[in-house]
Amino acid sequence: MARTEAAVRVGIGDREGLLGTLMLAPALVYIAALVGLPFCLAIALSLSSATIGNPGIHHFVGLANFASVLHESAFPLALRNSVIVTAATLIVTLVLATAESELLARDFRGKWFWQILIILPWAMPVSLAAVNWLWLLDSEFSPIDWILRQIHLLGPGTIWGPANHLYYYGREWLGLGSIVAINVWRLLPLATIIVLAGRTSIPRDIFEQAEVDGAGFFRVLFRITVPALLPILVVAAMFTALLVFGDMTVVAITTRGGPGYATQLLPYWAYLKGIEGGALSEGAAIALFMFPILLAVALLALRMVYRAESR
Amino acid sequence: MATLELRGIKKHFGSIHAVDGVDLTIAEGEFLAILGPSGCGKSTLMRMIAGLETPSAGEVLIGGQPVTHLPPRARNVSMVFQSYALYPHMVVADNIAFPLKARHVPRAEREAKVKWAAALLGIEPLLKRRPARLSGGEKQKVALARALVRNPTLFIFDEPLSSLDAQVRAMARSELRQLHDRSGITTVYVTHDQLEALGMGDRIAIMKNGRVRQVGTPQQLYDQPADTFVASFLGTPPMNLLERDGRIVGFRPEYLRPASASAAGADALRLKVRIIELEFLGAEWQVYGQLENGATGQKLLAKAQPAVAAGLRVGEQHEFAVAGAHLRYFDSATGLRIANGAH
Repeated sequence: MARTEAAVRVGIGDREGLLGTLMLAPALVYIAALVGLPFCLAIALSLSSATIGNPGIHHFVGLANFASVLHESAFPLALRNSVIVTAATLIVTLVLATAESELLARDFRGKWFWQILIILPWAMPVSLAAVNWLWLLDSEFSPIDWILRQIHLLGPGTIWGPANHLYYYGREWLGLGSIVAINVWRLLPLATIIVLAGRTSIPRDIFEQAEVDGAGFFRVLFRITVPALLPILVVAAMFTALLVFGDMTVVAITTRGGPGYATQLLPYWAYLKGIEGGALSEGAAIALFMFPILLAVALLALRMVYRAESR
Repeated sequence: MATLELRGIKKHFGSIHAVDGVDLTIAEGEFLAILGPSGCGKSTLMRMIAGLETPSAGEVLIGGQPVTHLPPRARNVSMVFQSYALYPHMVVADNIAFPLKARHVPRAEREAKVKWAAALLGIEPLLKRRPARLSGGEKQKVALARALVRNPTLFIFDEPLSSLDAQVRAMARSELRQLHDRSGITTVYVTHDQLEALGMGDRIAIMKNGRVRQVGTPQQLYDQPADTFVASFLGTPPMNLLERDGRIVGFRPEYLRPASASAAGADALRLKVRIIELEFLGAEWQVYGQLENGATGQKLLAKAQPAVAAGLRVGEQHEFAVAGAHLRYFDSATGLRIANGAH
């Protein structure tokens, strides 16, 4: 008896408080160093008069940077475009992700092939995808334009003519549309996986019960599936919204915010101003502009999810 | 209300024959229990009746109409799943109203029917609650109300009591049967619990390996099992089965009595039994014995009244007897029953 007691060593693994702290520590250090510090720095920069040439943050100017950014003609456009692109991407992505998850939740021949196809954009290197989209929507060699010309929708004497090209990146709404299309294309796999996880966690009984209860496809979809998916759809929406809203790569490789500021987005404008233009403090102000709103939206969405689940 | 007829129903999943040729006719207003061990095909059979699976072969007729290839919503069949499958995001009232909404029943009529069903099951106070806030018994009642609300032609129950506590279950059993008697709706009740099948069914169909082994009233199945499977499946404890003169002889434990305590006639089966264990069950004792003559070593079970059990001790050898009228004979090759006395 005594011997077995001696053989059991009470180690660090039994001290749950200490163990918890130790295991959380790497994540905390990581977040503090790579998220917390830059965030504080951004706030400090936005309240200073720092430039690339003179990066000191000790000269406090209050909200002057925010005020001057607000008065620029690019600001309302960039804000509008950011909201439009985010909202449009969100709606299209969620609708398609729900449709795809409905498809993948069923058993059919060749399902593996469609699964791979749907996930593929997520596995594609960003640089390759960028080149792909640059060519696909090229002002002169776009294959989409070519197809439209072949079916007589584009070119002299057609409804979208008389030009032979649509110049996707050179027009306000086509440019924004292209940015939305590319964002949907690159974020759909993630959203689909999130929604599919939620979809497969709904017990099959419920769908069969609805079928026996007399519901057709659309009644099942809108009265059973979507309400049951709502919490997970909010999660997918948050991920998608945050990834779109904070992204500057898509606009940087396609329209570059042009023509003029017609397709400018807040993050790319912040980059152009703060890094390319050297006005660090104003760039920081732009980048911080949407933070309170994003935070509020995220908190609201999370609360909604918790409330829906606890009811 | 309608009859249900199954003709040569088969369902194959690849090489697995889940249901392998089932013919059944269920009369109008009848309560038929389908009983069998897990994996016997009873759930698949039930899903084909509901329209959730399409048979590989055979026909399903409800009220004389072939519905084999109709979707569930075209069959007016109500089903209560084992999990109750309540819609988690709807309050109880909306859950009950769902089948009516799906059938475009006008609002006023819908509300009246929901009230009626809720009153019938005594769940009016729960109407505004969500399923997550209900106990198992309450969920079951909500599922029943939802199944009842639209006057189905057929009720299908898939082990609806198996997720209830033992105490609630006995009560729910009689409530369910009363509900059936009041509504008079033809009912198919799938279960692996013989107490439910024996206690509730007008008739029972016993299934094994995708086939129906016997259909009959609970008394017929208990007294006249068609084969050794039914004999050994039904009854707690099941029938004793002994190899005798190239046949299998079976008898219920309650008919195996010490020869001194029974008035067995000349045609009685007499057995020398060593008592291995005595188990107190309250109203009676369960006697575990071992056969001493004939097929030595074979285990036997007997039920004894307290007065009889008082005369038995573990380790003792007694002569037991079963009256001839209680003996059942089975073919030792096929397991099928042969008429009494036929040699």
